Amino acid sequence: MKKIGAEILIGCLKEQGVKTVFGYPGGTVLDIYDALYRDGKIRHVITAHEQGAAHAADAYARTTGRTGVVIATSGPGATNLVTGLATAFMDSVPVVAITGNVGLNFLGRDSFQEIDITGITLPITKHNFIVKDVKDLAATVREAFVIANTGRKGPVLVDILKNVQIAQTEYEPQTPAAPVHKPVPAGALEEAARLIDAAKRPLIMTGGGAIASEASAELFALAEKLDAPVASTLMGLGAFPASHPLFCGMMGMHGTHTAAKICMESDCIIALGTRFSDRVALNRDQFAKNKTVVQIDIDNAEIDKNVFVTCSVLGDLKEALKTLLPMVGCVKDRPFAKTAQAYKAQEANGGKPREFGHKILTEAAKLARDCVVATDVGQHQMWTAQHFPLEKPRTLCTSGGLGTMGYGMGAAIGAAFGSGKHVLLVTGDGSFNMNLNELSTAVTENLPITVLLMNNRALGMVRQWQKLFYARRFSQTVVNKKTDYVKFAESFGATGLRIETEEDIVPVLKKAFSINAPVLVECVIGEDENVLPMIKPGQTYDTIITEWEEK
Amino acid sequence: MNRYIISALVSNRSGVLTRVAALFSRRGYNIESLCACKTEDDDLARMTIVLNGDEYVLGQMMKQMDKLIDVKKIIQVEEDAVCRELLLVKIKTDAKTRTQVIEISQIFRANVVDVSPEATVLELTGKPVKLDGFITMLMPYGIIELARTGVTAIARGGSCIKDAADYKEQI
Repeated sequence: MKKIGAEILIGCLKEQGVKTVFGYPGGTVLDIYDALYRDGKIRHVITAHEQGAAHAADAYARTTGRTGVVIATSGPGATNLVTGLATAFMDSVPVVAITGNVGLNFLGRDSFQEIDITGITLPITKHNFIVKDVKDLAATVREAFVIANTGRKGPVLVDILKNVQIAQTEYEPQTPAAPVHKPVPAGALEEAARLIDAAKRPLIMTGGGAIASEASAELFALAEKLDAPVASTLMGLGAFPASHPLFCGMMGMHGTHTAAKICMESDCIIALGTRFSDRVALNRDQFAKNKTVVQIDIDNAEIDKNVFVTCSVLGDLKEALKTLLPMVGCVKDRPFAKTAQAYKAQEANGGKPREFGHKILTEAAKLARDCVVATDVGQHQMWTAQHFPLEKPRTLCTSGGLGTMGYGMGAAIGAAFGSGKHVLLVTGDGSFNMNLNELSTAVTENLPITVLLMNNRALGMVRQWQKLFYARRFSQTVVNKKTDYVKFAESFGATGLRIETEEDIVPVLKKAFSINAPVLVECVIGEDENVLPMIKPGQTYDTIITEWEEK
Repeated sequence: MNRYIISALVSNRSGVLTRVAALFSRRGYNIESLCACKTEDDDLARMTIVLNGDEYVLGQMMKQMDKLIDVKKIIQVEEDAVCRELLLVKIKTDAKTRTQVIEISQIFRANVVDVSPEATVLELTGKPVKLDGFITMLMPYGIIELARTGVTAIARGGSCIKDAADYKEQI
């Protein structure tokens, strides 16, 4: 049947099973919004700013595994997506961004709100398209969804000219083909199995790929069969249950001491869906020295990029592990697993008494067992990664690769829609101030979001680096805003609460979690609370700092 | 630092060259030349790239290029492949020097494609080193301007870039 481009777009979104989209209307997407209105089947969430919508689509995808969709108008609407798309790109999150653009007659003439968004987003999308002819529209949108959610996932932008949205062409709905994950043949895994069986002290290192390929069950089976300790990157948290005796916690710059020691002592690293980022490997030449490394990844370009590996397997992690599992020998009571548990016990008992922020987060973690957790970027993000015992995949939304301050509030909204669960956003006063406008969206949509605002009146992470590397010259990191966050929350229509003393912690948190609507809890913490352990950038794991005396 | 030649089949669409060029500049790959052309298939274009770097850069560059949606096939051109480049060079010549220049051209089997009272335009196809040698010989006469196409290459025998292994089929 004949349809106009805008209707075809809506039709294509429905083909993909899209139920919720995030976005912001404007001049060159009026026809798309009109088609959305007339169709009435897709829920559209209007945010305060396109960046918030992009982060929401990203977190929707992280919590569901389905492709998130964001719509924005041309010019500033489109450029406001840039940080959101870059965030999704760095963390391999499937997002399809739809932007409008001026009509073909106006293109290239510096027309009002015309911008070359495909040019701008070229290096921060997996791929992008500009649609100039309505006949190409349906095929392009379908291809965009395939590209976004296959192989190594990522954002795809489709820029649709105004004339395409109103031109007519034939359109027949199609059912998208189910994604195929090719089995990984046993031949490709023989060497890997041999190296794993030969290892005395193997460490399983999991990354975001374990979540993207839904490989948790296979990962669990592999760890138990090998009786091998498991450490995770920030992006992999939740893929393996934190409460499992074999779990050593996060590894990397702010990883656990246990993970650092186990990594150093291991003779074989089994790297599953991880790219050895500089925040994890730190010193890429020393990281895997005198160890064998087996890497399984879906992205060919990640093999031998940062760390040279002994053996690599290309393919979907879940499929690879399914083939690998019967090929490796079962190990019982591996001494190395015992060592890991001893280190873990030591780490849990040792150290200084917890600081105030840590205490709040430890209590919050107990109450947030069934929540999805979102974070912004900075100290609070690392504390959350360290303290929240994530048991299941897709329960953490955090900007790992790009480190986007301001990610959290939009992400919490997307996570609430995606998961249908209570969302806990842990943020800091620096990050929160970047996109606090989205609290109004959460209120409008009446979402069950609890915001823990760790207010240290400073840009804590940068400040911590200034303490460590710049002789305490706190250049522009002591912010000291006079904002009353309780009043701020109330003025937006949310509940505002505050934690100032230890006695406040439990009752205030309990109250906050009992409310199924946006609640902002300002947690007044000290400005000198640090993120520890820490390994300095480019250093080796043996230089880990676990204690730090304030001068 | 080594020199590698890479051939790629890419979608014949606008913007593909931008994507490839953007990738090189972002990742800091140092290329000597890039030669793009149409092929026997209207949907595909062919790029021949000369890269300066080491094995690591070569591997990364090929893998990163392969990840671009518009790059369909990519291979490293083997040592014995047929590699050619075209040179057009305009030399300052007068009645006295013209015969000398033409004599050099004959040694290199170059063609004279244009002659005017003050200049001669020569055309030469061959391996880049041959072109380099020719240019060296012409320098004393005064090169007004020159244009080189960059290397284009094709494998010997019956093999075809289209038959090359593609990692995307594995995943």
